[in-house]
Amino acid sequence: MKQNNHHHNQPLVRMVKRTDLTRGKSILIRVLALLAAFVTGGLLIALLGKNPVAVYGQMVTGALMTPAALRETIRIAIPLLITSLGVALAFKMKFWNIGAEGQICLGAIAATYFALFYADKIPQPFLFLVMFLAGAVFGGLWGLIPAYFKAKFNTNETLFTLMMNYVAVYIIQYLREGPWINPANTGFPQIARFDTAARLPKVFGVHIGWIVALVLVGVMYFYLNRTKQGYEISVVGESQPTAKYAGMNVGRIIMRTMFLSGALCGIAGMLQVTGADHTLVETVAGGVGFTAITVAWLGNLNPVAMLVTTFLFSILDKGSNSIQTVFAISNAAAEVLTGIILFFMLGCEFFIRYRLVWRRKEHRDHE
Amino acid sequence: MENAIELRHVTKTFGPVIANQDVSLTLRWGEILALLGENGSGKTTLMNILSGIYYPDEGEILVRGESCSIRSPKDAFDLGIGMIHQHFKLVDVLTCMENIVLGLPGKQRLSRKKLSQEIREISARYGLEVDPEKKVYDMSVSEKQTVEILKVLYRGANILILDEPTAVLTPQEIDRLFAILRRMKEDGKAVIIITHKLNEVMAISDRVTVLRRGHAVGTVETAEMDVPTLTEMIVGRSVSLEIHRSPVKDPEDRLRVVNLTCLGSEGHKVLDDVSFTLRSGEILGVAGVAGSGQRELCEAIAGLYDVAGGAILYKNHVDGVEVSENLVGKTPREIIKKGISMAFVPEDRLGMGLVGGLDMVENMMLKNYGEHPGPLVDRKAPAAQAESLIEKLDIVTPGIHTPVRMLSGGNVQKVLLGREIDSAPAILISAYPVRGLDINSTYTIYNLLNEQKEKGVAVLFIGEDLDVLLELSDRILVLCGGRVSGVVDARMATKEQLGLMMVHVAGEGADHEAE
Repeated sequence: MKQNNHHHNQPLVRMVKRTDLTRGKSILIRVLALLAAFVTGGLLIALLGKNPVAVYGQMVTGALMTPAALRETIRIAIPLLITSLGVALAFKMKFWNIGAEGQICLGAIAATYFALFYADKIPQPFLFLVMFLAGAVFGGLWGLIPAYFKAKFNTNETLFTLMMNYVAVYIIQYLREGPWINPANTGFPQIARFDTAARLPKVFGVHIGWIVALVLVGVMYFYLNRTKQGYEISVVGESQPTAKYAGMNVGRIIMRTMFLSGALCGIAGMLQVTGADHTLVETVAGGVGFTAITVAWLGNLNPVAMLVTTFLFSILDKGSNSIQTVFAISNAAAEVLTGIILFFMLGCEFFIRYRLVWRRKEHRDHE
Repeated sequence: MENAIELRHVTKTFGPVIANQDVSLTLRWGEILALLGENGSGKTTLMNILSGIYYPDEGEILVRGESCSIRSPKDAFDLGIGMIHQHFKLVDVLTCMENIVLGLPGKQRLSRKKLSQEIREISARYGLEVDPEKKVYDMSVSEKQTVEILKVLYRGANILILDEPTAVLTPQEIDRLFAILRRMKEDGKAVIIITHKLNEVMAISDRVTVLRRGHAVGTVETAEMDVPTLTEMIVGRSVSLEIHRSPVKDPEDRLRVVNLTCLGSEGHKVLDDVSFTLRSGEILGVAGVAGSGQRELCEAIAGLYDVAGGAILYKNHVDGVEVSENLVGKTPREIIKKGISMAFVPEDRLGMGLVGGLDMVENMMLKNYGEHPGPLVDRKAPAAQAESLIEKLDIVTPGIHTPVRMLSGGNVQKVLLGREIDSAPAILISAYPVRGLDINSTYTIYNLLNEQKEKGVAVLFIGEDLDVLLELSDRILVLCGGRVSGVVDARMATKEQLGLMMVHVAGEGADHEAE
């Protein structure tokens, strides 16, 4: 028998599922993870020949400590938060919408159309309303297409939504080089900058998109937890056969929810072009549609928690921009640093769910 | 001779929950040991400790007389312990042979011919019947189980643990499995079988170890036992095993199924010309080998399965007015509103009637959330309903906001049936309501069904255990390959008669509607 292997030999370490974690303890674990991330990231910074404390300090100052920096951080957070709400809606239904990028683009395109051609024809408040609705409807329709095929033919929504991202980006490229080209610009083809009438006003120095985003957090929370439609989404997400058994029209729920999911992303696109960019560029989504997936899961698909995770992501994003300029750290190195911090933050979720049990000395004496 | 396995004072906890406490158990070579206990008594945890999935907090495990530490399923394999789980762990797209060698250490190249030869040898020795080249997705449940058994035998296991192996098998398949187990026993192997069915324990085991609430309450020789004594050991007090059956009062036709035909995904007939009548105040049992069309029948009545031909006629008196309607072509919601309630429980129990991740309140409102006016959901009424169900049916749960997935099987079943009954149905369809439940819960469920019958509800009861069908039902409809092979009076019929009808449809035009 393999006596030597088995006898007296408890596993060195084993995982035990936690059932009794207190709130304080889970916060402690997250704080420890953040510290570990800073230490590891600090090693990287030291290797680059910089002072880790100064660099971290700059990350925080550069993201939060000056009014200008804080405004920029919030500007980054606006589209990310709204898009996260959008994808979370679909994820709650277990519909893997990774097409938020495309839905943002379509919302941006629809809003841009009115900004370019109707800015002088419609009074300003109505112009914004029209742009808002156009952004929501077109983003929603872009989300509805894969949902329709999913509901009717059970197509794979992951591939479908992903592919539609590329279509959306190329539509912008076509518009930029063709119908919407700015003739006044002689260099690289561009779409004209928006008339001032089509630029969102600012409140506390940031375009009013942040108010829209906060309102949407509340609306989403209410929608998911209090309405019949929110309830239907959670049942369909858990089990489609059960939803059918309960008399729900599953196809219709899928299409309706994806329309709303796309519409939220479309609103994010609309706010981005009229609030921040003031023109339409191919990078209007700029990866937000993918980052939103991480934000949504880290926030456990809970709108209020997503508000917190979005803000943390934006601080990281802005902070890493800031250290690039101040310390001349390359973009790639800054991204490695962000990656390290994310790795620890995501990894610590494991320790929140499981406890490690190390081999005990006394136990060996028993045997 | 030394024992195959000896557990000494094993304790395992999950957070505050004690799954096993101070459990000692011995397994001898050449015997079949039955492990008995109610749900949640710690049987599966104990066996998972032996197969290396969990590690005990306290206690010692001796295999072949040597103290050892089983840290992973691989350690268990190395010690010759093979576990056949309740849920098969096979790769669907691979063949039987490929599944068997999957994950085995050894050469990169294997000779298919040699392997196939070896598998056939093992099969012949123990009477296992399976084609090594057959893909798993083409296999029946019983064949998949055979592959699982072959897998552990091929890996050289001589201590086998089977977790509820008979739960999904037909009576004939169970006989075949038992023959295989007896051959293993003759071959000197040691076998542990976990089951709920006491008649099976009496038929196959040499000794029985009973667990109750995580403690081992005793080990006895099967030959010296009878079913009532065993039941008492399991439950901790004596339980009447008789199923009560009240006479049928004023039966009226409630549902007439006429020439119902349904097609499967490949265009074959899963229900073929099915006709029968379901009356108020009676329990109509449905017997049949698994997959004879029971599921499709239930789903067709509830509007969840497309009907290719025939009619489902619903009759009732509403406020003194006679209603008669064809349900074919109606949506599930319209059918629910007529008071046809389906408590359908497929193999995985939560399956279709309940949403595992949601709490009791949200499950209460599953079918009637739409009735509350306005766009918002009302949680107050279902919360009150949940509270009253907990009280009325003794549902054990930490609270109404615990996801139902966390409840034990019996409690899940009570939640489901309780909700359906609360909706005051005219017809109650209940499929496999006691599958995997322990004795106490099983009898609670039978009582619930009887209560409904006495209230005048027409109950359609899809069952597996022929003894229970004969004791509980008033009439029994027997399905065979999607066709009705007859309707018998449950008070007169015998098990043998049902068994024959389950595998053979009487000649055309035979008395389908024998009363």
